[in-house]
Amino acid sequence: MNAVETHNIVKTFGDIRALDGVSIQFEEGIVYGLLGPNGAGKTTLIRVLTTLLKPDSGSASVVGVDLIADPVGVRRKVGLAGQFAAVDEYQTGRENVEMVGRLYNLSKAEARSRADDVLERIRLADDADRQVKTYSGGMRRKLDLAASMVGRPEVLFLDEPTTGIDPASRIDLWDLIAEMVEGGTTLLLTTQYLEEADRLADRIGVIDHGKLIAEGTSDELKATLGGDVVEIHVHDDDRALAVECLTRIAGEEPTAQGASLSIPAPDGSRTLTAVVRELDSAAIEPRDIALRKPTLNDVFLTLTGHKAENKDRPVSAASRRRGRN
Amino acid sequence: MTTDVRPRTRVPLRNAVTHTAVITKRNVLRFIRIPQLLLFSTVQPVMFLLLFNFVFGGAITTGTPAGSDQYINWLMPGILVQSAAFGATATALGLTEDLGAGVIDRFRSLPIARSAVLAGRTLADLVRNTFVFSLMLVVGYLMGWRFEQGFWKMAVGFGVALLFGYSFSWVMAAIGLAVKTPEAAQAAGFLPIFPLVFASSIFVPTSSMPDWLQTFAEFQPITVVANTVRSLMIPEEALGFLGLDQGTLILQSLAWIAAIIAVFAPLSVRQYKRAVG
Repeated sequence: MNAVETHNIVKTFGDIRALDGVSIQFEEGIVYGLLGPNGAGKTTLIRVLTTLLKPDSGSASVVGVDLIADPVGVRRKVGLAGQFAAVDEYQTGRENVEMVGRLYNLSKAEARSRADDVLERIRLADDADRQVKTYSGGMRRKLDLAASMVGRPEVLFLDEPTTGIDPASRIDLWDLIAEMVEGGTTLLLTTQYLEEADRLADRIGVIDHGKLIAEGTSDELKATLGGDVVEIHVHDDDRALAVECLTRIAGEEPTAQGASLSIPAPDGSRTLTAVVRELDSAAIEPRDIALRKPTLNDVFLTLTGHKAENKDRPVSAASRRRGRN
Repeated sequence: MTTDVRPRTRVPLRNAVTHTAVITKRNVLRFIRIPQLLLFSTVQPVMFLLLFNFVFGGAITTGTPAGSDQYINWLMPGILVQSAAFGATATALGLTEDLGAGVIDRFRSLPIARSAVLAGRTLADLVRNTFVFSLMLVVGYLMGWRFEQGFWKMAVGFGVALLFGYSFSWVMAAIGLAVKTPEAAQAAGFLPIFPLVFASSIFVPTSSMPDWLQTFAEFQPITVVANTVRSLMIPEEALGFLGLDQGTLILQSLAWIAAIIAVFAPLSVRQYKRAVG
């Protein structure tokens, strides 16, 4: 059975078409990554799928339960960790998780033991009895994740689980999510980071302006992109010559982005070496040269011809407020 | 497309009761763990009691029969009802804060009754009001107010004022969910409260007001409730002054309370369903 199935979901806020006919489906047991810039419609789609928003048109089901016909039925099946950790400052970590467990109709004892279990898995057991107001941003995200897991949902929705937290916590969270996935949890996660989607998702959907513009496995997407890129910065005087050099290697014009020039690097470091040799023989001394992974920008350049635009398109005044915090 | 032929899932009542209790507990914990919240919600009514009694008390003659004309006897029941109404704004504040923090989103994504979050909020505010009232009872007593008709009638009076505060919490829930931010909730919440509280019998008898205002003042719920509470606390010889007998007043109060809940509870639940947090 499909974990999530949507057909032509449309949701507008005033003149803005936040979702402009989105159809996705994926089966149980996989991680689906929804990749896109701010304002692309990721959060709106998650809010629709977790019954927080009613779509204007289109239909959707979660593990076979129709979203419109039976919202409570859907809520029994899903867990949500939103973009802003929805945890209670004045309760302890354990109390937060237990409360959500109780709201999933677990008995007191059951809620308690599952909270212990989840907090252990998420490596918050040592801090479980401190009030959340003393937690760091990363710890709050983890706690939010723990709360979303305590009801053992069949499908878990994580909305930008690592946005706005420090790199160390991000890697920590990636490990935790990877562990959850090994346990067979079906996951839909949204992200602005290609690296994150690449690392965690079995299938990636790229969303822009409320539309799904590409879909495939990480490898398929990378094949479209040609994987890594070599990027150089040169002095303006050398620019024309550098473009010639790069064109010789890549067989196509390099992509110019501001002061930088880049070409696909299908052979990784060998392409890099070739670029260095070619520049050297042309007596060009680059200011900077690097082999790097493709970013969301590269994906968008390739797929749409434009850069990923980060648009602030808040859903409501309340989320604007949260965004400032 | 998979067609869902199963009936719409509903939340069983037994579960809804547990959900409400869990959310009430969460909200009450907040009062206990943020002492400032409790302190300031207590200081304000006590301050009103002291200010009105000692600043205006000497100048106000309520016209009640001699021997029962101490202003504190008039004021105390009134201030209880005022505190209940003012205290209800905390419901609007609490809800908007939860909306802003994404807590409402989390609750709304859980398979719980839509009314549980609001019932948990209003019940927690009822618990807080009960605490505030018991402190006011002590302060009032020290200021010379007495249970002229005995403890039990006084207790019934407290109960009516608390129930009224509870019904008013639903009004504030609807306002909070409509305006969505704590700042707006604070301002919007007091908008209906000020005219209702001041154009009432809380501080002075309505008989001194101009005719048009008197008509409004006598029929609006705060006067009815304040007079009900008063009828259970003032000396019996002053009862005639209230115009209606105790039983009628109690019935009228309960009718107002029921009507307010009947209108604003479903309205709040509807707003809650729509609230885009």
